[in-house]
Amino acid sequence: MSDKKPLSSVNDFVVRFANVNGSGSASANEMFARAILRHGVPVSPRNIFPSNIQGLPTWYEVRVTEDGHLGARGGVDMMVAMNPQTWDKDVAGIEPGGYLFYDSTKPMPSTKFRDDITVIGVPLTAITNSTYTDPRQRQLFKNIIYLGALSALLDMDPKLIEQLIGEQYKGKEKLLSSNVHALHLGRDWALQNLKCPLGLRIKKSDKVGDRIFIEGNSAAALGAVYGGATVCAWYPITPSSSVAEAFTAHCKKYRHDAETGKAKYAIVQGEDELASIGIVIGASWNGARAFTATSGPGISLMTEFIGLSYFAEIPAVIMNIQRAGPSTGMPTRTQQCDIIACAYASHGDTKHVLLFPEDPAEAFEFAAAAFDLAERLQTTIFLMLDLDIGMNHRLCRPLKWDDAKQYDRGKVMTTEMLEEGRDFGRYLDVDGDGIPYRTYPGTHPTKGSYFTRGTSRDRYARYSEEGSVYADNMQRLVRKFETAQDLVPRPLQANAERPTKYGVIYFGSTSPAMDEAIGLLETRGHQLDRLRIRAFPFHSSVASFLAEHDFVYVVEQNRDAQLRQLIVNENGIDPVRLVPIVHYDGTPITARFIAKAIGDHQDHLKVTPLRKAVS
Amino acid sequence: MTYIAKPKFHHPGLKKNELGYTHRDYEGKISTLCAGCGHDSITASIIEACYELSIEPHRVAKISGIGCSSKTPDYFLGNSHGFNTVHGRMPSVLTGANLANRDLVYLGVSGDGDSASIGFGQFAHSIRRGVNMTYIVENNGVYGLTKGQFSATADRGSKSKKGVTNTDNAIDLVAMALQLGATFVARSFSGDKSQLVPLIAAAIGHKGASFIDVISPCIAFNNHAGSTKSFDYVREHNDAVNRLDVLVGRDPIAVDYAPGTVQVVEQHDGSKIALRKIDADYDPHDRLGAQTFLARHAAKGQIVTGLLYVDPDAEDLHAHLDTVETPLNTLEADTLCPGSAALDKFNASLR
Repeated sequence: MSDKKPLSSVNDFVVRFANVNGSGSASANEMFARAILRHGVPVSPRNIFPSNIQGLPTWYEVRVTEDGHLGARGGVDMMVAMNPQTWDKDVAGIEPGGYLFYDSTKPMPSTKFRDDITVIGVPLTAITNSTYTDPRQRQLFKNIIYLGALSALLDMDPKLIEQLIGEQYKGKEKLLSSNVHALHLGRDWALQNLKCPLGLRIKKSDKVGDRIFIEGNSAAALGAVYGGATVCAWYPITPSSSVAEAFTAHCKKYRHDAETGKAKYAIVQGEDELASIGIVIGASWNGARAFTATSGPGISLMTEFIGLSYFAEIPAVIMNIQRAGPSTGMPTRTQQCDIIACAYASHGDTKHVLLFPEDPAEAFEFAAAAFDLAERLQTTIFLMLDLDIGMNHRLCRPLKWDDAKQYDRGKVMTTEMLEEGRDFGRYLDVDGDGIPYRTYPGTHPTKGSYFTRGTSRDRYARYSEEGSVYADNMQRLVRKFETAQDLVPRPLQANAERPTKYGVIYFGSTSPAMDEAIGLLETRGHQLDRLRIRAFPFHSSVASFLAEHDFVYVVEQNRDAQLRQLIVNENGIDPVRLVPIVHYDGTPITARFIAKAIGDHQDHLKVTPLRKAVS
Repeated sequence: MTYIAKPKFHHPGLKKNELGYTHRDYEGKISTLCAGCGHDSITASIIEACYELSIEPHRVAKISGIGCSSKTPDYFLGNSHGFNTVHGRMPSVLTGANLANRDLVYLGVSGDGDSASIGFGQFAHSIRRGVNMTYIVENNGVYGLTKGQFSATADRGSKSKKGVTNTDNAIDLVAMALQLGATFVARSFSGDKSQLVPLIAAAIGHKGASFIDVISPCIAFNNHAGSTKSFDYVREHNDAVNRLDVLVGRDPIAVDYAPGTVQVVEQHDGSKIALRKIDADYDPHDRLGAQTFLARHAAKGQIVTGLLYVDPDAEDLHAHLDTVETPLNTLEADTLCPGSAALDKFNASLR
């Protein structure tokens, strides 16, 4: 039937599940990914879901990657087509030689298939209907049955899946045994009726190590717990809601007083994003560590307050889980599209600190660090995640914490310091770093009080519209931003084996795809030095990197090459030397895309010099 | 203003309160509002109430939005931290501040533009949540700082200084506060200090969301014939339901009540409010009754003042969230951070 040899690969392929949203497939699919991990084989799963609760198409993609390439790969080697709505597109998307797994209960016309793929029919509905009578059970167990069939087809160890089911339904014996039963229903049917295993196989390995499997939003929320956040105010918005939900869950676990049971935190679901950031600013003004989590539309609403935070110098932490804009955009698709909106948020001359974690482990670290930075710098710190990091399980190094670490509460003048007669000027730079001292409300009966305002004022917080007083303050804010350069996480550089005049700059969720692309480019003969930017303002090493290379590619996931714009603007360099590589269709960037875009440009650059040609 | 210095000297024989503070210790900078502004009278009443309550001035956080009214926190309690936030957003900033440190007194000062228009949502939601605060709206029915545009509390049919008639319906913030679940609701008039001072004092003593709407005529833009927020109009249409005195374990703030019409309400902090009822039927514990009473009098063109509703056993947001008694802003890594051992366990659960 096939005019193309079936794909054959061990521990290196992509399986995509096409489901209907709300059909309960998510947990079975996730179990599939986890089961492969238990084989010691790295996976990189991604949810591709609609802005919908029930009925619309949803996909779950699992990249099985012994080599540990955690970026999206592109292409599908095996499609588990469970959604008639998307059948045609799903079948068309399979790589030549790939596999199609489908529910064969109802016969399909041959025109619905392809000649160059292997078709595997399992009568899932027939099996479920003959076993279960309850419609909800039929729906849920159908998912476990296909998981069982896949385990036989891909040569997976059923014991490892049983173990996962055991952990998931610990203490719920009835559910546990019925799930195991369903698993074997599917597995046995496949073993008896199909040629197992296929060319695509899972083989036990040891490439997972001590790594953990976690969503970026949960990791960032835990970073807030470790970083000492006590106030969280938020407004539901995809893809950030799970940050606040995870923070709530983590706090329930870690933040209740052992004796009284009372909460050492306060979480408020605001009426909108304006209230959320207002609560954060009020709490931070009063000396608590506070944060909000939002996405693009929320950032737009918060900008007036962000300007207040900048100008009145009030700490705030905003986690921005970016999604495709502009406007409502594509709420469930990923992008890195709020770089400019956050870097220069609010009217007037403003600049803000941005942190760009590459994965959940860094999201945890940077989230905790954001509170130190916010209080040290007395301004807003943006933690820039995106949907790809935030809402997908990602394999990453274990989270680490140093118990000796104390929080950096920044320059706070205490009752004792005021008693000693220290000169307190709320906006007075005493040591040249641009950062003034602040006092918490209620500190001292007669000293240290001041009036906080978004209007211009002098070094002692007295209202003033004097031009020189205003300019003096604005210059100090520039000095403060320069101080920030050396406090934020530095860029990480990795050089090519041979010296090269080409470099590439990237950040955030592009990281795994970029690392993989470097390998692909090397096989094409292209050598590139890499610089992963981890924060704005840019450290001086960014300027050095630009100076050391003739051409630098800036790889990012937005249309307008926003990071490139920021680099050009902040470093005053010739834009021609910065080549934008942009991917912005809402899907995560892939190594294939990057390698092709950079490779093509490199090939194009390698024209024979004119003098050589004519001589 | 940086160029206006307020003289610091005062009479050595000035009366001192329980904590040894004089009246002057509760004052702030010189007002930059128009001479005769109703808001300055409210400022004076706030100073009086805090002095009488013997509150340590620095234990008050005064938070406002934007507008004439929102400027006033600079003019009282000079040793308190003040925060002039952004337009209409005082309630959220106050909510956050309150969450960070439950031990301070929170005074929210706003105006009718700030609370009934741009900040209507935040006004509503801070009250819904039961934030422990005294929320004062200095209500003049007009945008003073931008020179006389109607605000959302301007009555339908009232005339602006330029002669324009307002065709939009008015928002009654007192009616809203009652509906939204405020546990202390009052209205007063800036020109009636004897009514306003005890109301502010009682509101500060109240544990929960206290709301006071203070009609405060704008002498520059809303004190003409045809205005329903002018001094003359309010004096003619004022219908007080009660006068009250606040007893804080010593002398009542005003002692002049006729026995037989007095109802004493004890609040959470131990302070007592003595209500001298003018309307014998009025029951300040009946939310529904208060709403009806207000609506009935509004229909007759009367402005009801006094303490309209109080729930002496109110709970605040901290009670709802069951937060620790220690202010959150004093907690450090030793109590907030779960540590590396917990993290190792967490990691192990994700493999």
